Amino acid sequence: MKIAVCLKQVPDTEAEIKWDIPKGALSREGMDSITNPFDEFALEEAILTKENYDGEIVAVSMGPDKATDVLRNALALTVDQVYLLSDDAFAGSDTYSTAYVLASAIKKIGDVDVVFTGKQSTDGNTGVVGAELAAILGFSQLTYVSKVREIDAGGKKIVVERAIEGGVEVIEAKLPAVVSVIKGINEPRLPNLMGIRKASKVEIPKWSAGDLGVDASKVGAAGASTKVVEIAVPPPRGAGEILSGEVEDIANMITDKLIDLKVIK
Amino acid sequence: MANDVWVYIEHKDGAVSPMSFELLGIGKQLADGFGSSVCAFVIGDKVDDLAKEAFAFGASKVYVVEGEVFKGFRGEAYAKAAAFLLEKYKPEAALFRGTSMGTDVSAAAAAQLGFGLCTDAIGLAVDGGKLKMTRAAFGGNYSVSVVNEKAVPQIATVRPKAFAMPEKDASKSGEVVKEPFSLADSDIATKVVEFIQSAVAVNLVEADIIVSGGRGLGNEDGFAMIKELADILGGAVGASRAAVDSEWIPYEHQVGQTGKTVKPKIYIACGISGAIQHLAGMRTSDCIVAINKDPDAPIFKAASFGIVGDYKQIVPKMIEKFKAKLNR
Repeated sequence: MKIAVCLKQVPDTEAEIKWDIPKGALSREGMDSITNPFDEFALEEAILTKENYDGEIVAVSMGPDKATDVLRNALALTVDQVYLLSDDAFAGSDTYSTAYVLASAIKKIGDVDVVFTGKQSTDGNTGVVGAELAAILGFSQLTYVSKVREIDAGGKKIVVERAIEGGVEVIEAKLPAVVSVIKGINEPRLPNLMGIRKASKVEIPKWSAGDLGVDASKVGAAGASTKVVEIAVPPPRGAGEILSGEVEDIANMITDKLIDLKVIK
Repeated sequence: MANDVWVYIEHKDGAVSPMSFELLGIGKQLADGFGSSVCAFVIGDKVDDLAKEAFAFGASKVYVVEGEVFKGFRGEAYAKAAAFLLEKYKPEAALFRGTSMGTDVSAAAAAQLGFGLCTDAIGLAVDGGKLKMTRAAFGGNYSVSVVNEKAVPQIATVRPKAFAMPEKDASKSGEVVKEPFSLADSDIATKVVEFIQSAVAVNLVEADIIVSGGRGLGNEDGFAMIKELADILGGAVGASRAAVDSEWIPYEHQVGQTGKTVKPKIYIACGISGAIQHLAGMRTSDCIVAINKDPDAPIFKAASFGIVGDYKQIVPKMIEKFKAKLNR
C-alpha cells in the first residue's frame, strides 16, 4: 500500500503571533515553529496503517526551506520518503492553490492509495484543504475521521468513522481516498534518538513548481482568488464586571443577570 | 439573477432545525446591498417541505436538486450538485453554515469550480460591489477581511450563530426551481454504512448556553456539577484542552484552537484560566461568565461577568438559585 501524508509547519501554538499590519504578513522573526498539531495525528495514522497493512509512507510539506524540520521529524518516525514542496511562486497561496500544489505532488508520487491530512492547521484554521485535495484528485473525500476501521488495498476499499454533529457516521469508500483526521484518533509517538540522528543526515529532496508541473498562474499570490483587504485588531471586549461579596449574594446577582438576558428557556 | 445571494439549506435526511435557515437573514441584508434577491438552494431526496420553510424565513426563490442518490448525506455527491447549480446560475455569493456538512460541500464544490473560499466568517458586508468576508485569525487577536476577486460565486462558510436568525413568516411563498441533475450511484465513491447517535448529545456548535470546565475543576468529578448546571439551563457541557488531556471528559467537548469554535449566547467558564488557545474558541460568545480562584487569570479580561472564587462553592449556589427562580 502506498500511503501519503501532508504535513504543515505552523507557528508554535504557545507563541505570541504578531502581524505586520501594513505589510499584511506574519512577522515570523523569532517565532518557534512546530508540526501542525492536527498533522501529528495524520502522521501517526499513516505509521499505524503501515504497521498494520504493510506499505510505504511518503510525506510532503509545502513551505519555505525551514519546513524541512517537520519532514526530518517524519523521517525520524520511520517515514520512508519525504519531499519539500517549495518555490517562491507558492508564497501567498490560498486554500485552493495549496490543495492544487499538494494534489500535483500526490500525482507525481503516483499510485497513492490513501492520503492522510490533519483536519485543519492551527495557523490558517480553514479546515478545507483536505476536502479540496480530494475534489481535485477525484479521490474519496473522508473528513472528520475519528477512526480508521479497515483498509483493504487489494479490494480498493476503506471503512472509517467520522465524528460529526450528533454522533458518529460509518462510511465505506473506494480507494484512493483522502482521509483528514481529528485530534484523538490516536496517540502520536515521539521519535527516538537513533531516528533523529539518522534523519538529521538525510538530504531533503525539494520539488519546485516546475518539478510538479503546476500552472504558475494558479498558485501563490498570483493564483489566489482570495485577497486580504484588511487586517485589524478587533476592539477588546468591554470591561467586564467583577461580582464580589458573599457567595449567596454573588449567586443571586449572577443568576438574575443571566435570567435577564432572556436566553434561558 | 446573476448578482443574487444564495444560501445553502442543510438538513439531515430531510430533517431541519430552524438553524438550517439562519443565514437567510444575513443573506437578505447582503442581497439588499447588491440590489438583488436572496435565494435558497437545497439538495436531497424529497425536500419539498424544506423549500416551503425557506420561503417563510425569507428566501425569494428556492433552487432544488432532488434524487434518490441524494438520500443520506454524502459530501461528494452534494458537492457535485452544488457545483452544478453554482456554475449554471453564477450567483454573486453562496453562503454555507460552518458545520461539518456545510464545510464538506462548500470546500469540494469550490475546488471543483477551481477557486478558494472563505471559511468561518464572522462578518459579511458588501464593499465596492464585492462580498467582504471577515474572519478571526490567531486566536481572535486579529480579524482578517478578504474579498474573493476571481471567484464566481464568492463562497463563504459562516460561523454558526454569528448572525441573527431571520423572522419567520409562514404566509410567504415563492418560486421553486427544480433542476434536473443526477448522478449514478456507482459514480459516488462513498457509502454511509450506519449512523451511531451519540449517547450524550454534544452539539456545542448549536448550543445557546455552554457551561465549561477546565483544569481548575481539580478532577473529573467536577464535571458532574458542571453538567448539572448545564442541564438546568438546557445547555451543553464544554471543556478546556487541559481537562480533555487529563481524560476527565471526551474530546468532543473541547472548546478552543484544537477543539470546537463556539458562539453561544451564554458561556460559563469554570476553573478555566483562559489561555489564548481556549479564548480562540469562545471569545465571540455574547455573554461570558468566568469563575476562577485566581484573580489574575486571563479569562477575566474576556469575561462579561467575573467571579473570583471556588467553583465548588459558587456553582452549587447558582444551581440552587436557578432551580428556585426558574421553578425547576
